[in-house]
Amino acid sequence: MGSNLSVNYTEVIAMILFVTGFANLLLQKNLIKKIIGFNIMDSSIYLFLAVKGYITGRTVPIVVDNVTSVEAYINPIPAGLVLTGIVVSVSVSALMLSLTIRLYRRYQTLNLDEISTRLKREGM
Amino acid sequence: MSRRKTDEEYSKTRAYRFFKWLKGEKDYTPSETKMDMSLLIPIADASTTVERMQDKQIAKERAYDEHSNRLLKFFNRMYRIVAVMFCIIFGALLIYNVSYLPKVGAVDRPTNNEVPARYIEKGIEETGAVNIVTGMILDYRAFDTFGESNVLFVATITVLILLRINKDRSRLSPVLSEDDPGAGDSIYEPKDDLILQTVAKFLVPIIMVFGIYVILNGHLSPGGGFSGGAVIGAGLILYVNAFGFEKTEEFFTEKTYKWISFGALTTYCLCKAYSFFCGANHLDSHIPLGTPGAILSSGLILILNICVGMVVACTMYTFYVMFRKGDF
Repeated sequence: MGSNLSVNYTEVIAMILFVTGFANLLLQKNLIKKIIGFNIMDSSIYLFLAVKGYITGRTVPIVVDNVTSVEAYINPIPAGLVLTGIVVSVSVSALMLSLTIRLYRRYQTLNLDEISTRLKREGM
Repeated sequence: MSRRKTDEEYSKTRAYRFFKWLKGEKDYTPSETKMDMSLLIPIADASTTVERMQDKQIAKERAYDEHSNRLLKFFNRMYRIVAVMFCIIFGALLIYNVSYLPKVGAVDRPTNNEVPARYIEKGIEETGAVNIVTGMILDYRAFDTFGESNVLFVATITVLILLRINKDRSRLSPVLSEDDPGAGDSIYEPKDDLILQTVAKFLVPIIMVFGIYVILNGHLSPGGGFSGGAVIGAGLILYVNAFGFEKTEEFFTEKTYKWISFGALTTYCLCKAYSFFCGANHLDSHIPLGTPGAILSSGLILILNICVGMVVACTMYTFYVMFRKGDF
């Protein structure tokens, strides 16, 4: 183990969240719960990126009193990347949820195992 | 000197076959070649066919039933165990790697390189935006943000394709919409809830004004097109919940969505195309940057923020309406 484990506890939390979401994806049979797991994974990535940009003792990158030195502000790039991530995640979630609604209308169930079993029984 | 081939000779060449294939003719017709069409296995009589089908069905049902198929049961149990084990090992590996990453909050992390330094030092004089993040995403990386807006637009179109209920068809065959459990959600919607309406009367204007404030101050304070658009979308959703779809149909229909999205995306595209064209050819774009900190400053960023805000607000509202009712 490296020496920075206790200092990087926010990143450790992000990794735990990521694995939790991944376990949700693998273990849950309900499609809605799978999507929730996917969103937990997304959130953990945002946390990880936000932590990446943080620098102790500096403020948010909004210029006050014309101070434009690098020593005053935190890294602004991860904020922009998180914004991109959130937009894509919203779109993907909406797409997955609408596909789930269509599946529910067809099979009257959200259980993925049941859906795939019925698909196999129907010989598709 | 070219030599003309005879027809018989020509019919053997590749060119002849190719042009024949191009015309869609087939090399042979089944009646000419007299294919052997008799069955190899004689068909069993009807009763045994039915029995065979039933046997097959029973076997299939047994194959997917956990109680009779012990292999499936074993597989399901093993799957859970292996999945949990995999997740634990994966998480341990990730945490082990995190312990070797540079310290959180340290200045000498490799992410704090010359790129953010340049954005912070030159951002305010090059973009005119006090908020450096907005200056970055709507000026240096504006093309990326244009892609994001388009992703939202494409997602809305896909949701429209998947969930839109065709009004004409449901009118022709009402049985179809009754079988569709998701289609009739508007039957159960709360109507004229007094508490909700009173609260919404006060809250919706405040939410709208706040959303517009966040959009217009995107280059001065935290916020911008995406967050302000989401706030306005939330206000619209609250309005729909309180007053029903009859009221919102007066000002927001499919046509409104179409024109707002089209107009906003086209404006964004044209603005950014102009500034990219000028920048790439070292021309002066003649867009005044204004005094940093004023509301009418930072060149195109204000217009782009408004465009993005409109797209996001419409997208949020359309998602909600599609999931709830399937039509505007």
